[in-house]
Amino acid sequence: MTIKDEIKKVRDNVYEIPGSFNKKMRASGRLYIDDESFEALEEGAVEQIVNVACLPGVQRYSIGLPDIHFGYGFPIGGVAAFSLRNGIVSPGGVGFDINCGVRLIKSNLTEEDIKDHLDELTEALFKNIPSGVGSKGKIRLGEDEINDVLDYGAEWAVENGYGWPEDLEVLEENGRMIDADSSIVSDKAKKRGIPQLGSLGSGNHFLEIQVVDEIYDEKAAEVFGLEKGMIVVMIHSGSRGCGHQICSDYLRIMDKAYKNYKIQIADRQLACAPLDSKEAQNYIQAMAAAANYAWANRQMMTHWIRETFEEILGKTAKDMEMDIVYDVAHNIAKMETHKVFKNEMEVLVHRKGATRAFGPCREEVPEKYREIGQPVLIPGTMGTASYVLRGTEVAMEETFGSTAHGAGRVLSRSKAKKEYDADKITDDLASKGIKIKATSKHVIEEEAPGAYKDVDSVVRVSDSTGIAKLVAKVKPLSVCKG
Amino acid sequence: MKNFEYFDVTADIGFKSYGKNLNEAFENAGMAIFNIISDTDDIDLEREITFEITSEDEVSLLYDYLEELLFYHEVEFMLFSEFHVEIDDGLHLKATIKGEAIDWDKHERKTEIKAITFHKMHVKKTDVVELQAIVDL
Repeated sequence: MTIKDEIKKVRDNVYEIPGSFNKKMRASGRLYIDDESFEALEEGAVEQIVNVACLPGVQRYSIGLPDIHFGYGFPIGGVAAFSLRNGIVSPGGVGFDINCGVRLIKSNLTEEDIKDHLDELTEALFKNIPSGVGSKGKIRLGEDEINDVLDYGAEWAVENGYGWPEDLEVLEENGRMIDADSSIVSDKAKKRGIPQLGSLGSGNHFLEIQVVDEIYDEKAAEVFGLEKGMIVVMIHSGSRGCGHQICSDYLRIMDKAYKNYKIQIADRQLACAPLDSKEAQNYIQAMAAAANYAWANRQMMTHWIRETFEEILGKTAKDMEMDIVYDVAHNIAKMETHKVFKNEMEVLVHRKGATRAFGPCREEVPEKYREIGQPVLIPGTMGTASYVLRGTEVAMEETFGSTAHGAGRVLSRSKAKKEYDADKITDDLASKGIKIKATSKHVIEEEAPGAYKDVDSVVRVSDSTGIAKLVAKVKPLSVCKG
Repeated sequence: MKNFEYFDVTADIGFKSYGKNLNEAFENAGMAIFNIISDTDDIDLEREITFEITSEDEVSLLYDYLEELLFYHEVEFMLFSEFHVEIDDGLHLKATIKGEAIDWDKHERKTEIKAITFHKMHVKKTDVVELQAIVDL
């Protein structure tokens, strides 16, 4: 009998792994997934949900979202919340790319307004926003300045002329986690962070000019400021080498800590420390610093995107109403208040490849969106649609206010390279009216749309289970890939 | 015996490197890393960097060594194609790595490595030494 035979269907697209499956489980497991994906789901990913359900202080459910797939230690597309009293924090539950996230910028432009300038805009964005392996930002921070970036995040960026003060109101955490403390971030992480600030990165990260293709919820779209036919820009990027180094530093520290604190774990990559320990507190402060780096990074790119539109279209960004819709972190751990069974309690929520999807009335949601729930941004892959959803009460009740984060990879890079040809992909996308600009043909082949799970099904399951509701579909007109 | 080879993992890439001894297997692991990022055939030996690390066991030493390679790649903005490694008692490593500054007009631009993982990492010693690591891309 395999682990999947033990799983019970709770309702359409929702499955439960009973806490009785394994004696060490302290909570049940939950999966939000359609039947087809359930059949295809790797046993390894289910085992990882169970492993997380065995960690100290885990509350209610160890959760797998519609895009769940096998990760290192914790699954990707996973959520787990831990009690502040007897719980833990684990760098593996956040991932290497701390505050990898998505930002959406709107405009008052239509496809008609930019169609004659699309090539020029794409070339200029590609030039103005450094991307790809071994890319450096356009500015060079001083040794002291990196500390301000880590401590103040997007606030630092705005104070230094990157963007508008009102931008901060529509960023998760207002673009700055106040727990951050640069003094405990390693010199190595700072050294990796200094040259790369203001760069997109590589792999599945992208910058796209998109058009709002379909509206599913008129009222919510209006509140978010989105209309059919509107040109928008999406950024998918993270904390670069700085965040990766902070994760690695703490994986090594936690590797010693879990043994010292005698915590039983099923896999070395679940290494963790009790929340009241020095190691845990330091990790939380360093992780917050990496998150701030990522928000500063996306803020700087926003500024250069606006400048590029100004340069090519000859209007000011204010005239083009290039306001930020929202910015979400999909690799992060946060202290939040949630209802656990009947009681409200403070928990540390780990979201690894998961987007916060807070419903109406939560004070963390910007005031202008509070009535309908926060915007949830789910990026597609190169050349496919992306989606805007809104957070819900159901997510608050069931998933610690979380939903999916995107399309998981299904084909390895070498298989994708064998199967796809960069020139053919470029031509195929061109025939759909999508322009692509990349630093190499390798990245086009490795990131071929067919190498990923269909993002449409991921958002459909989020919507049908109610853990986020569809608001709008955006489709790419041009893609910049690192 | 190959010096190194790659294997598929869905989201990322894994490699095995081999050597007559631990030193040589570590040196070949360096080649495996920089052939993911670029093509080591095009990297001239213009500059060298030396570093030392101490770890608590051989697997951790491999992890720390590979992380150190990424660190110098990013911070010095260099690619490396020659690795000289000396390991004492399995826990202390001294490395001299040679390469040159990145020039994307000259060097092939392949894939960025985000980090080294502990997933299925091993150091196996039989007639030869085999190292295995999976990197996060």
